[in-house]
Amino acid sequence: MSIQIQNISKSFGTFQALDNITIDIQTGELVALLGPSGSGKTSLLRIIAGLEAANQGAILFGEEDMTLINTKERKVGFVFQHYALFRHMTVFDNIAYGLKVRPRKTRPSKKEIEEKVYELLKLVKLEAFANRYPFHLSGGQRQRVALARALAVEPKVLLLDEPFGALDAKVRKELRRWLRKLHDDYQITSIFVTHDQEEALDVADRVVVMNEGKIEQIGTPEEVYENPISPFVYHFLGNVNLFKGRLHNGKLQHGSFEVDAPEFAGTENREAVGYVRPHDISIEREASPDAVAAKISYIHIVGAAVQIELIRKDEGDFLEVELTKEHFRSLNLKSGEDVYVKPKQLRVFIPEDYSI
Amino acid sequence: MAHLQGLKVKRNSVLPGFGISLGFTMFYISILVILPLSTIFIHSVTVPWSKVWETISDQRVVASYQLSIGASLLAAFINVVFGVLIAWVLVRYRFPGRRMIDGLVDLPFALPTAIAGIALTTLYSQNGWIGQFLNFKVAFTPLGITLALTFIGLPFVVRTVQPVLQNVDKEIEEASASLGANRLQTFVRVIFPELLPAALTGFALAFARALGEYGSVVFIAGNMPMRTEITPLLIMTKLEQYDYAGATAIAAVMLIFSFILLFVINLLQWWTNRKFI
Repeated sequence: MSIQIQNISKSFGTFQALDNITIDIQTGELVALLGPSGSGKTSLLRIIAGLEAANQGAILFGEEDMTLINTKERKVGFVFQHYALFRHMTVFDNIAYGLKVRPRKTRPSKKEIEEKVYELLKLVKLEAFANRYPFHLSGGQRQRVALARALAVEPKVLLLDEPFGALDAKVRKELRRWLRKLHDDYQITSIFVTHDQEEALDVADRVVVMNEGKIEQIGTPEEVYENPISPFVYHFLGNVNLFKGRLHNGKLQHGSFEVDAPEFAGTENREAVGYVRPHDISIEREASPDAVAAKISYIHIVGAAVQIELIRKDEGDFLEVELTKEHFRSLNLKSGEDVYVKPKQLRVFIPEDYSI
Repeated sequence: MAHLQGLKVKRNSVLPGFGISLGFTMFYISILVILPLSTIFIHSVTVPWSKVWETISDQRVVASYQLSIGASLLAAFINVVFGVLIAWVLVRYRFPGRRMIDGLVDLPFALPTAIAGIALTTLYSQNGWIGQFLNFKVAFTPLGITLALTFIGLPFVVRTVQPVLQNVDKEIEEASASLGANRLQTFVRVIFPELLPAALTGFALAFARALGEYGSVVFIAGNMPMRTEITPLLIMTKLEQYDYAGATAIAAVMLIFSFILLFVINLLQWWTNRKFI
């Protein structure tokens, strides 16, 4: 089932939570709504589920307008951050709930319900826990029960609100792999909300980056990570180094340092900022016009990558560089050494009213 | 879990002062509750058993047990139904005058019960404000007694259910709706089980209070032997006739009965709670 979100706006009093949001989601896609808290991502998810009403705009599932349809009729599976399990019911009864509350005409027989529940229990690997109460389960197990409960009604759309937010790092990683696999097996259109960029990039087919009720960028994880279209996206997805300067003749200049910025060939004499990812920087021993002098302040070796912190000599700003271990060894860098830092791939933005 | 912890007390508990606090609790409960109550039994032992049996199995006394317990149970039941409703309205909706109504709920607590009795009798007697429009009698019948007992028991249910309802997670209702349940199914299957332990507590409190109620009932009851005479009134009558043994014997019966009922309700509560506590 495809989902069309058309010009959705929502405000709470004077606070504009969502401002004219339009997203098209294809059938079978797994989309992440990514943003900091207060960016409106959860409000948007709740509007899609019908738990909240938009002030303006429309939600379409396939060709069907769902805007005025209430949650009960929308046939969405909703998974809450804090599980929202029925604590007085066993795991079995929790999962069977959606089938048991159906009107008599469409309700499956007792036996069919039981088969369905055990099939789902097997899917979430909790067969042994059918008669336990949620109180006796761990966080990860509870969230799996919540997911099985949502899947029991065979929803056309699966909506997950920070599903792994309350879990510890290891369980979170396991569960998101598992969610990805589940999605690949069942091909159910899914939207999940997260503030964890790693999670979004890891799991989703497409990522919607949101900020202050607006969409900053929509794209595949690779697109949004490699080609952020705004300083916000640069900052929100991973670490970034800033090179402030002035545009002149299609170059970004600062003192003796200058790099090409061909897309701004026509722009003269404006303040601008270059953004570079830590792994798009090389460290050189020789001075060159497109490198800045810096002193290594800290070397942090973890796993396959080496993180190096430097202090720029001209401005005293911190820089962060990530090298592979081999490259690091061949350079033979030491803490306290003076080197030259050269951005390999730099993206220039002219600051408007955006401030960090 | 509570019943387990009660059985095996950890020797090196993190919470200090277990010995002294338990000791004080036992002492306090003994002085305040057990001692006065045991005097009732001691007192009734002073007379021969045949005499006691004669007193407590007297037809008039047995009728009063039936009336007292029946009316109290009925009143407590009515209070559970409407108390939950009032708590629901007070917690779930915002409307002008909400705080006023919230305050009014406590009034039966604060009012001297005799005043409540006189007011209710005035309203419901055959030529009273409300009584004149009804083609059946309320005052001076078991119905009137139930009415008075309902009046004084209301706050117990509202005040026990209200905080629990406030803490019911909104998300479980949303989850229920997203799974296709309608409002009634959500209430019956999801919300009510959450409220049940509190409602049971409210029921037990309202029932216990109604059983011992005297002040508000004597006015509206009419106190006709065999028909509208409640047990506490019989006890008072016996006391006025200096029949202390008779009074304490009847009191002992009431006490045993209340204790059994409260115990059963506690068991029920434990049973509804055991799943998630």
